[in-house]
Amino acid sequence: MTGSPGAMATPGRGVLRDLRRLALFTVKRLAALFLTVLVGVYLTILIANMGGQVDELRMVQIQSTVAEQVRADPAFFDLSPQERNALIERRVQLDVERLRLDQPFIVRSVDYLQQAIRLDLGRAEHMHSDRGAREVYWIIVERLPATLLLFGTANLLVFFASVFIALGLSRRYGSALDRSVIALAPSSAAPGWFYGIFLILIFAFLIPILPAGGMVDVPPPEGTLAYAASLLRHMLLPVAAMFLSTIFISIYSWRTFFLIHSSEDYVEMARAKGLPSHMIERRYVLRPTLSPIITSFALMLIGLWSGAIILEQVFNWPGLGTLLFQAIGHRDTPVIIGTVVIFAYLLAVTVFLLDILYALLDPRVRVGTG
Amino acid sequence: MRQLLDGLRRLGQYPSALVGLAIIFALVGTAVFTVVTIPYGQALELWRGGDPWRMHPVNARPVWVDRIAGNNSPRTMVVSSRDALIEEEPFVGGSRMRIPLEFDFGYAGFPSELNLFLTSTHVEREPFVRLTWETPDGREFILGGRRLAREERVSISQDWELERRLGRVPHVGLFAEPADDRPPQVLEGRYRLTLDVISFEEDARVDADLVVYGRVHGLAGTDHQRRDLMVALLWGIPVALAFGLLAAVGTTVTTLVIAAAGVWYGGWIDAVIQRLTEVNIILPMLPILVMVGTLYSTSIWVMLGVVIALGIFSAGIKMYRAMLLPIRESPYIEAAKAYGAGNARIILRYMIPRILPVLIPTFVILIPSFVFLEASLALLGLGDPVLPTWGKVMNDAQTQSALYHGFYYWVLSPAALLMLTGLGFAMLGFALDRVFNPRLRTM
Repeated sequence: MTGSPGAMATPGRGVLRDLRRLALFTVKRLAALFLTVLVGVYLTILIANMGGQVDELRMVQIQSTVAEQVRADPAFFDLSPQERNALIERRVQLDVERLRLDQPFIVRSVDYLQQAIRLDLGRAEHMHSDRGAREVYWIIVERLPATLLLFGTANLLVFFASVFIALGLSRRYGSALDRSVIALAPSSAAPGWFYGIFLILIFAFLIPILPAGGMVDVPPPEGTLAYAASLLRHMLLPVAAMFLSTIFISIYSWRTFFLIHSSEDYVEMARAKGLPSHMIERRYVLRPTLSPIITSFALMLIGLWSGAIILEQVFNWPGLGTLLFQAIGHRDTPVIIGTVVIFAYLLAVTVFLLDILYALLDPRVRVGTG
Repeated sequence: MRQLLDGLRRLGQYPSALVGLAIIFALVGTAVFTVVTIPYGQALELWRGGDPWRMHPVNARPVWVDRIAGNNSPRTMVVSSRDALIEEEPFVGGSRMRIPLEFDFGYAGFPSELNLFLTSTHVEREPFVRLTWETPDGREFILGGRRLAREERVSISQDWELERRLGRVPHVGLFAEPADDRPPQVLEGRYRLTLDVISFEEDARVDADLVVYGRVHGLAGTDHQRRDLMVALLWGIPVALAFGLLAAVGTTVTTLVIAAAGVWYGGWIDAVIQRLTEVNIILPMLPILVMVGTLYSTSIWVMLGVVIALGIFSAGIKMYRAMLLPIRESPYIEAAKAYGAGNARIILRYMIPRILPVLIPTFVILIPSFVFLEASLALLGLGDPVLPTWGKVMNDAQTQSALYHGFYYWVLSPAALLMLTGLGFAMLGFALDRVFNPRLRTM
């Protein structure tokens, strides 16, 4: 009886200690990741401005535009050449000051950096969002849900399907089904867009039952239900393409993990104790393999963020990838930089979530040795 | 070393490895053959398009595809005046020539185009030529007359006046049976285009090539610029292999050396390497490549450089580090240190060889991903500006809406080659993985 309050307090203190350690860990990781994003985005800005060389191009462009404006304006027709040149010079000067091109690039690059970090991505040079906004932020935010919807769906599908299939296969290790799935693993050498081309060819041209591209019908259907149905029909092919390109390799790698871990001594021990097989699977096989599984899931996510560009392009999906492609076409530097910054943030968030998950799953982090 | 050889010997037990090796050897052999028969400079020259291809049809299907489908579409025919029986009557200050260009047409479909290329060796006064088209059943069509420049191209297919007279495009109307029912039927038999030339100089010579463009061409077909796709499909092999191999070697070797150096020296060097790797993982590879392609250069070698540069501090460093850390503490390293081996020697001769067996499968599996990366960039329009590659063929096909127009071969043949390359390396790589990773082998 006397021991019970202490026994009650210990788990409580343990949870508190765990939470404190976890918070400390989170803050540390957040700071480190923020620094990495900072460096990464700064490198991006340097590349996108060609280390300052783009400014010279911009100067030339300003000069020619201003000269053209002044020459074409009837109000200045009766100016003498000297006056006109002086006027052009004054206007160029104004533009240069407005864009702060008179300051050294290094100074401005730091400004660009803090703007990018605050997601103040500036205004697009040529493009605008579907609602007509010129801010890069709004252009990107408008496209983000489309990308998230498509890639979220595909990733989750692949993740759960392959874990379940892999578990099943590791139970029936060596069967014909197992071997045929393993033989198919090399097919994942081709990226999703590659399978996409074939799927479009088959299901949109040879047997025209599904749309070849786009996100919804044109014009978009009226009711919510009809809209969702149309969206689903359009999602079918791109999701199938991504599914095809990653499913076999995921099954392969997870089956290997499960096989390795189900031959560990402690699993043998559990079997010897006569525990039911579903319990062995959940407690002795799945639990210790969770962190590698999550790592490969996160790595797959990271890979798919950039693979998205081409898949979206192939399926004409109005997401971030298509946006980047259009921005390249328009040579719209602010949009290109903005997209890369968003990609960097998405990757950082992925890495961060991975770290937190690790901390939750891996007791060593909580105990403070990790 | 013995471990390596032993592993290679064991590889023979995996059929997939043998298939993969066969594919790789076939590709390498074809690549060597291509580079020898079509030298680099010539390949670039050909792929630039234009004049070398003027006698090729536009968007022609491969012959074998057509024949398998049971059609008998026409091939391209070139009827040259050099093989014709020319009647020549000289007169004072010139000559009169009659050049009959005859050919048999026995295909089930109409030609895709009809052009006449004329060259003349006159010095000052241009000769005059009159064209008459004669069908097998004896009908005659006057195709008009014209003065000849030194090089002349008569686009019979684009003769609007003739099209109006025939009621159909000339390359259909001139080959159709006279009945006015639609659709038109091909009239098989011997056709003749007669050129009546009057030259106003004694020794001026006129040569003519009548090109009846087919609807099928060669093994690979042609594209919208009349280029034979075979050139790009063949040259795509060495380009893809070189890009994939160089990128894989460049990234794995540098990554491995840097990881080993970090582990060996430890301290701030290791910390810097770790932080750089984290920054690099955040940097999205493809968008950066896209930016480089847009702003700097789309040359395949610049891209290769950037890929390697971005790949140096890749996520692989973390994996190698984990593998190398226990090796660093092992007794044989201690022994090497004791006999006075230098840092570089320990890293290169003692640490790296230990994890090479694990590295080889990764390396082989990595190759196709770079091959596909090159294709991806080309598909985004950032392919090398001059080199013919598979990705560029697919990009052309996409911009020309090849699938919509039914030119499936244009997309499928480069895709099939890409898939073959990917499968070859992946099959070998997965088999190597099972051989060299003992934990997998015992399964």
